[in-house]
Amino acid sequence: MIIGIDTSLGTAVAAIARDGEVLADEQSANALGHAEVIGDLLRRASRAAPTPTHVAIGMGPGPFTGLRVGIATARAFALGCGIPVVPVPSHDGVALGILLSDALTGTETPRFAVVTDARRREFAYSVYDGIDDDGLPIRILDATLSPRDDLDARLAEAGAVRYDATSVSAAMVALAAARALDAGRELAGSEPLYLRSPDVVAAHAPKRVSA
Amino acid sequence: MVLMNAPLVLGIETSCDETGIGIVRGRQLLSNTIASSMDEHARYGGVVPEVAARAHLEALQPSIDAALAEAGVTLDEIDAVAVTSGPGLAGALMVGVGAAKGLAVALDKPLYAVNHLVGHIAADILDAEAGELEYPTVALLVSGGHTSLLLVRDLTSDVELLGETMDDAAGEAFDKVARLLKLPYPGGPEIDRAAASGDPTAIRFPRGLSRASDMASHRYDFSFSGLKTAVARWVEQHEAAGQPVPVADVAASFREAVVDVLVTKALDACERYGVPRLLLGGGVIANKRLRDVATERAAAAGVAVRIPPLRLCTDNGAMIAALAAELIVSGSRPSTLAFGADSTLPVTEIQVAEDPDATAPGRIATRVAS
Ligand SMILES: [Zn+2]
Repeated sequence: MIIGIDTSLGTAVAAIARDGEVLADEQSANALGHAEVIGDLLRRASRAAPTPTHVAIGMGPGPFTGLRVGIATARAFALGCGIPVVPVPSHDGVALGILLSDALTGTETPRFAVVTDARRREFAYSVYDGIDDDGLPIRILDATLSPRDDLDARLAEAGAVRYDATSVSAAMVALAAARALDAGRELAGSEPLYLRSPDVVAAHAPKRVSA
Repeated sequence: MVLMNAPLVLGIETSCDETGIGIVRGRQLLSNTIASSMDEHARYGGVVPEVAARAHLEALQPSIDAALAEAGVTLDEIDAVAVTSGPGLAGALMVGVGAAKGLAVALDKPLYAVNHLVGHIAADILDAEAGELEYPTVALLVSGGHTSLLLVRDLTSDVELLGETMDDAAGEAFDKVARLLKLPYPGGPEIDRAAASGDPTAIRFPRGLSRASDMASHRYDFSFSGLKTAVARWVEQHEAAGQPVPVADVAASFREAVVDVLVTKALDACERYGVPRLLLGGGVIANKRLRDVATERAAAAGVAVRIPPLRLCTDNGAMIAALAAELIVSGSRPSTLAFGADSTLPVTEIQVAEDPDATAPGRIATRVAS
């Protein structure tokens, strides 16, 4: 059993069996309030999967403050259970969902980009092209920032259809983790996909106070 | 579930730039592990919330491991998890809140969400050398993030805010004045070093909110931004006149103004409320001049001063665990899982989101024991 947690876009916690069967799929669409809701969602999911073996974590990209809530929760939950974490790019979860739902309807999935809001007039996007033998989305461009106005031109150049994600399924994040584990692959590093340095300015000289 | 009378509690504190993990058994301190991101903030001249939050996320797991190793306990022995819900930096607090919930759910153990400021008071009960904390006591908490004067009638049930800073925290004032004097961050120790050879009476800087007209509505409140401006103006005037700035005298006189106003107001509260006890807490208590002046003037006023060891005065997880342990023993129920970070949590909210439907572990312990 794998617990999946993603707070890159809303708050999502799921539990799946190792073969992919969804045991619990809990979401809160509230774009804020990650810290408030994650405990109850996780408790419900963990009751549906009382003997988890791994915790899959959506590593972003996403608004930093909310993203960190999920990662912190997932890591501490894994520590408490004595089981390893499996970091997954959140866009991979979205891409896997798209590819699987197209496969169900027999639709050919064109090359596509998963697009999420990155704030500050930017989007984050990752480009995918099909599914590989391990059942994982083929990511041909890792998560990248683009000014909002430039995105469509960039996607046209890459020949990718735009898919604006409105949620990330924690079940799909967990499924991507299960498939990566089966294949002995790593989908992401242990660091969150911030894509941006902290917004800070070096200390400037103090302002004058005298006229 | 049966708990011992002295519950084993793991506390998580991430309200500012210290990732604190503490483990206590009742009032016994087993571990106080602190990872600080202070060095990363130095070049910005103050705590950068996003930098602090990123550092918390990376420091949490290693800190929990280190604390468990130091305490010589395993996670499955823990009776309860405690966490700071506020006040503090929202993004930083949320990292701790998430981790605490993840841990509590994994261990299926009660979770106590508590108040950071009240935690500073609880630090005192972990001082094995000190006698029992007596009530009521006035508490003066001074750090880079807060400057508060409290009247504590009971640690777990009755803490009143007498006053707090209206603008900068005292520690922030030290940082800002250090920058004016071209000294590095953090300012406290630098100002102290510079002040060592200075004359604290060289310049009479203003004491904020200390005029007779302030006594009606701000008797126990603090303000340090006017003081900072006064120092800046004094320095600028000297520079404009082509005179060298006597850094030692400015530092000593500034520090004296801060210390004077803190101690005066704290002792005024002791007198007005008829409380001959003053507890000091917060990172700025590391300032020796503050401790010395407080001790000296309190002795003259017949007030007993308590100062926990410095590692328990700065932000830490042990004080959070200690407060939760006291709450458990006093019969409080755990918090629900539905609380968040509250950056402006009032000090009167000692515990957040106590669950009316939960069983109080301390009550079970008492029943089993009797
Ligand atoms: Zn503090």
